[in-house]
Amino acid sequence: MTRRHLLRAGSLAGALGAWQLLTAYDVNMWLRFEQFPTVAEVARTFGQRVGGGTYWQDLADSLTRIVSGFVLAAVAGVVVGTAIARSRFAADVLGPVLEVLRPVPAIALVPVAILLFPSNEQGIVFITFTAAFFPVMVSTRHAVRALTPVWEEAVRTMGGGRWRVLGAVVLPGALPGILGGLSVGIGVSWICVISAEMISGEYVVGYRTWQDYTVVDYPGVFVGMATIGLLGWLTSTTVEVVGRRLTRWLPRPEAREPAPHRRPARRAPRSASAPPGAVGAAPVASVGPVREGSPS
Amino acid sequence: MTSTTTTATTPRAAAAGARLTLRGAVLGRAGAAVLDGVDLDVVPGELLTVVGPSGCGKSTLLRTLAGLLPALGGEVAADGRPVTGPGGGRALVFQEDALLPWRTVRRNVELPLAVRGMPRAERRAVAARWLERVGLAGQSDTYPHRISGGQRQRVQLARALAGEPRAVLMDEPFGALDAQTRAGMQQLLIDVLDGTGATVVFVTHDVDEAVFLGDRIALLGTGRVLDVPHPRDRARRTDPATVALRRAVLASFDT
Ligand SMILES: Nc1ncnc2c1ncn2[C@@H]1O[C@H](COP(=O)(O)OP(=O)(O)OP(=O)(O)O)[C@@H](O)[C@H]1O
Ligand SMILES: [Mg+2]
Repeated sequence: MTRRHLLRAGSLAGALGAWQLLTAYDVNMWLRFEQFPTVAEVARTFGQRVGGGTYWQDLADSLTRIVSGFVLAAVAGVVVGTAIARSRFAADVLGPVLEVLRPVPAIALVPVAILLFPSNEQGIVFITFTAAFFPVMVSTRHAVRALTPVWEEAVRTMGGGRWRVLGAVVLPGALPGILGGLSVGIGVSWICVISAEMISGEYVVGYRTWQDYTVVDYPGVFVGMATIGLLGWLTSTTVEVVGRRLTRWLPRPEAREPAPHRRPARRAPRSASAPPGAVGAAPVASVGPVREGSPS
Repeated sequence: MTSTTTTATTPRAAAAGARLTLRGAVLGRAGAAVLDGVDLDVVPGELLTVVGPSGCGKSTLLRTLAGLLPALGGEVAADGRPVTGPGGGRALVFQEDALLPWRTVRRNVELPLAVRGMPRAERRAVAARWLERVGLAGQSDTYPHRISGGQRQRVQLARALAGEPRAVLMDEPFGALDAQTRAGMQQLLIDVLDGTGATVVFVTHDVDEAVFLGDRIALLGTGRVLDVPHPRDRARRTDPATVALRRAVLASFDT
């Protein structure tokens, strides 16, 4: 585990080191790094920004937008996706409209958002919502359709109705597939929230980044990009970790399985504490050392 | 544990079992009937085994009785009322693994109890008791894919019986087990059924299993139903009457 952490930290440090070297020596071979700010410059600007209040205000505003848009999209995506997969009526009513809307890039909805919503704030949440909605809805629809029928039949023979089937079979069974949609959705949300902010936003991360660019404050641009990168990483990791916790039941291939977190098996302490000559422990004792001692 | 449950589990009381009847029933999927003109009367509390070659429609019959598959014609009834859908105290033990993989063994057994609206604490106690009976008390917090195939079948059995069904429909539940385990499971089945009074329809392709377990044997290939002379009596497996029955069942496979 620690080796993997070291490796990851090393990979990040390597990238930063390469950047510093390329920019500090103004490397100019086809790709031109002379205008690029160095890591040190960006870090200095970053330090100044972090010290000021507006940075955190921007951060909080962007996060609020993305979280509200994404949560709304997750709920709506799961509900609509399930409805379309389970009900022919819902599929007929909602399917065509959604299929026509789906290819429209969420960012192309900026004019629509400006027309529709009284404030920019709501418009940006709307665009974030639209961006995340489709991946969630489509993956939910596929996951629900792919459920093994015998699970639902089992619940129905127990006397379970529509809602019981939904809660006990459809949602938990489709969850692994839905999580894929959520992961994609949170990523797309970031792209769209930043782009929407660049175009129409007020004082927030995306707008700030764009503004820095227009006044040729390159370290500022890079601070903005680093901020977006870190926030995006934070949110997608959250989705990932929550998802993995919820799907701990999934069977995994033996080889890739991490060390078991299960309660200590009842047999283990007994065989360990048993005297070496005990009849019950004999096969365990004879097998154990051979395996551990073998050099291969 | 409570007085209500003890009264419900009087030893093999005929009143507790459902009567299942098929009259001139046509079974199968729309456009592809598998069985035509099935007449069968399953008496309350009996254990009827059903044998027949692979693909003859045994699973189709059970699904129809469970209410998962509507009959294409004729009459299918439970206690005289037409079967229109699943539920109604007819539990099905599926041929394939039908445990919910995201629920632990215990929570799988609790499911039919939750459907009936039993409070959580009571549910836990009942599920624990059933897992004890099928010898899986130690595995109750494990996920189904972490136990063996035979153990999974025992969980399915516990899950089916925990809901106190009036009829249990079992589709080759021991089909994938070795002879030794299978004999153990047959004994376990007899033990846990004892006292439930439930009607059982038990599908198998194993003639010995059918002859050993059943009160009667239905030969799905020919439509005949034969009486078993000494049901569930291992000591009398070589009695001439039992041997003759076995031969008759085997002969029906060749027609
Ligand atoms: N889902 C299905 N859709 C259409 N036809 C099916 C389906 N399942 C089974 N059948 C057909 O119905 C017929 C009877 O199948 P069924 O499953 O009842 O056989 P079975 O007697 O249970 O066989 P086995 O002993 O192999 O389990 C078969 O010919 C099969 O082709
Ligand atoms: Mg079958």
